[in-house]
Amino acid sequence: MIPPGRLLYPRCGQGGDNMPMGFTTIYWRDMIRFVRFKTLLVSSLLQPALWLAFFGIAMSSNFDQLTAGIPVPPGVLTVNYLTFMGAGIIAMTTLFTSLFGGIVILFDKNWGLMREILASPMNRNHIIFGIGLSGVTKSFIQAIIIMVFGILIGAAFFAGFTAVEIIIGVAGILVFVAMFALGFLFLSAAIAITMESPEGLQGVVTLLTLPIFFCSNALYPIDAFPEFLKVLSIINPMTMLITGIRYFAIGPDFIAMGKHYQYTPSVILISYLGLMIFTVLMFALAWWRFKKAVVT
Amino acid sequence: MSELAPDNDTAIIRVENLEHSYGAFKAVDGISFSVKRGEIFSFLGPNGAGKSTAINVLITLLAKQKGTATVDGYDVTNDPQKVRESIGIVFQDITLDRDMTVWEILEFHGRLYNMPREERKQRIDELLHLVQLDAKKDERTKNLSGGMKRRLEIARGLMTRPKVLFLDEPTIGLDPQTRMRMWEYIKGVNNEGTTIFLTTHYMDEADQLSDRISIIDQGKIIISGKPWELKNTLGQDLIYMETSDNEAAIRLLQDLPTVRDVKIKTKGFVLMVTEDGTKVLPIVIDTLRKAGIDSSTINLKKPSMDDVFVFYTGKELRDDPAGKTALPAMRAGGR
Repeated sequence: MIPPGRLLYPRCGQGGDNMPMGFTTIYWRDMIRFVRFKTLLVSSLLQPALWLAFFGIAMSSNFDQLTAGIPVPPGVLTVNYLTFMGAGIIAMTTLFTSLFGGIVILFDKNWGLMREILASPMNRNHIIFGIGLSGVTKSFIQAIIIMVFGILIGAAFFAGFTAVEIIIGVAGILVFVAMFALGFLFLSAAIAITMESPEGLQGVVTLLTLPIFFCSNALYPIDAFPEFLKVLSIINPMTMLITGIRYFAIGPDFIAMGKHYQYTPSVILISYLGLMIFTVLMFALAWWRFKKAVVT
Repeated sequence: MSELAPDNDTAIIRVENLEHSYGAFKAVDGISFSVKRGEIFSFLGPNGAGKSTAINVLITLLAKQKGTATVDGYDVTNDPQKVRESIGIVFQDITLDRDMTVWEILEFHGRLYNMPREERKQRIDELLHLVQLDAKKDERTKNLSGGMKRRLEIARGLMTRPKVLFLDEPTIGLDPQTRMRMWEYIKGVNNEGTTIFLTTHYMDEADQLSDRISIIDQGKIIISGKPWELKNTLGQDLIYMETSDNEAAIRLLQDLPTVRDVKIKTKGFVLMVTEDGTKVLPIVIDTLRKAGIDSSTINLKKPSMDDVFVFYTGKELRDDPAGKTALPAMRAGGR
């Protein structure tokens, strides 16, 4: 029945990744889904604006009253609470969008295209990069919407900036958002390829978002935190992102909630390096999970 | 052995002593077979026989544990990239994105395999025509019928002009008319030169489509051959009889030169005869009448793939509507 085995001639090897642009395929497909689900699209764009409009304005009117009596050193820019927490809302939206960004992988694994993708010659890292790139695109769109909407309802983003400074400011914010988003998208991809059900993913993501969000400087200064929480907040990527956003959106020297913030360029650089380290670690995690992944 | 030359020999798939276990359970237990270039080859077996596990090793979705397996001359472990470039796959379950259009599904696949834009465009048009989905080009896949989804998946499997197309249970869950049309598509694809490897638990599917079949059960290949060869191993014809004294009848008949084997059934027995049953039957009846045995039921039939399966595995295929027409279970004692 079986033909006897025979010696085969050696063939010239041609290995290596011959598809350096493979991730654009994953990106293309994920963006199709993004614009196709109209309700999801609209809600993902509306949600951050609603946070800013309701939570922002409500808290702002209270806090601004409370902090009105605190004496401030003369000549320092004082910003209202809406401006302060606007940076936090950009970060929060990026966090949520990114942590859920990998869910398409889970759906693909259970009901969709994952087997087709894994059985194709494309390097698996391109799945991670493609998901990362589309997640970053979504976060950019959301961040810009929040900035524009925030300015419309009274946030003092880029107040007193020249045109060049505004361009640098927006670019700086997006560079920070991109690095942060990538880190959490890689984490999301790693969770998604490992988990069996969307419910499980949702549970893990919810569990992660609460401490990351509240243990940061998104809504309040962290200086008054107990020591333990303070340490957690400082190493929290969320805090690093928000520091970066405030630096580029408000400036290096301002007063908010009665506290004087002064950011030196080295603080900003260290925050960015911290985000990079986080993102590299998350990529390593995703890479390892994808290498292990068996989907049959 | 890591660098293998493209095989000039007729075999496009070679598997030797392949084993695969999930924990203590041996899903594939030392199988060896080869598939010839240009043929339609089937794995026929019940659910859980190890067909999908074997196919998943060949398409590089499962890491090979033991044995050797090459596709188009490339080792599945050492050269998975090359194997992936040589094959097309239609998975057992529908693996389409419900919210992508027919065109997008094919375009995505072409991009995934790095096909140039012009070639993608041309190939998509060609394939949509082949599987008659031209009119559905911009339809989302959730709006397609089961048969259309399958046809789209076959088109996708053919997108990159693979040398081998793997079809894992291609007609599962389809109605009889749609199944027969799928067979026509598969034959058409094969006629154009693509080697087909398919797994099925439908007897008629394996029988109608395949050039060669391997019957697989509990992780082992029981027997391989062309459909008619397999059926001929049971003898030319099968004669089912119920008589007034079955034991005496069997004792008499098993010595007849044309009777190859006798299988005992609940109420009667089956004679496997090596010559044309219409010629053997008068002799059988004559022999019984001389011994004073009356026959109440006589049925003459050609062996079907069901009979072959039941004979070699000792059981009927579970979960097989076609299996209901098969003879009652026979003991595989004659081997």
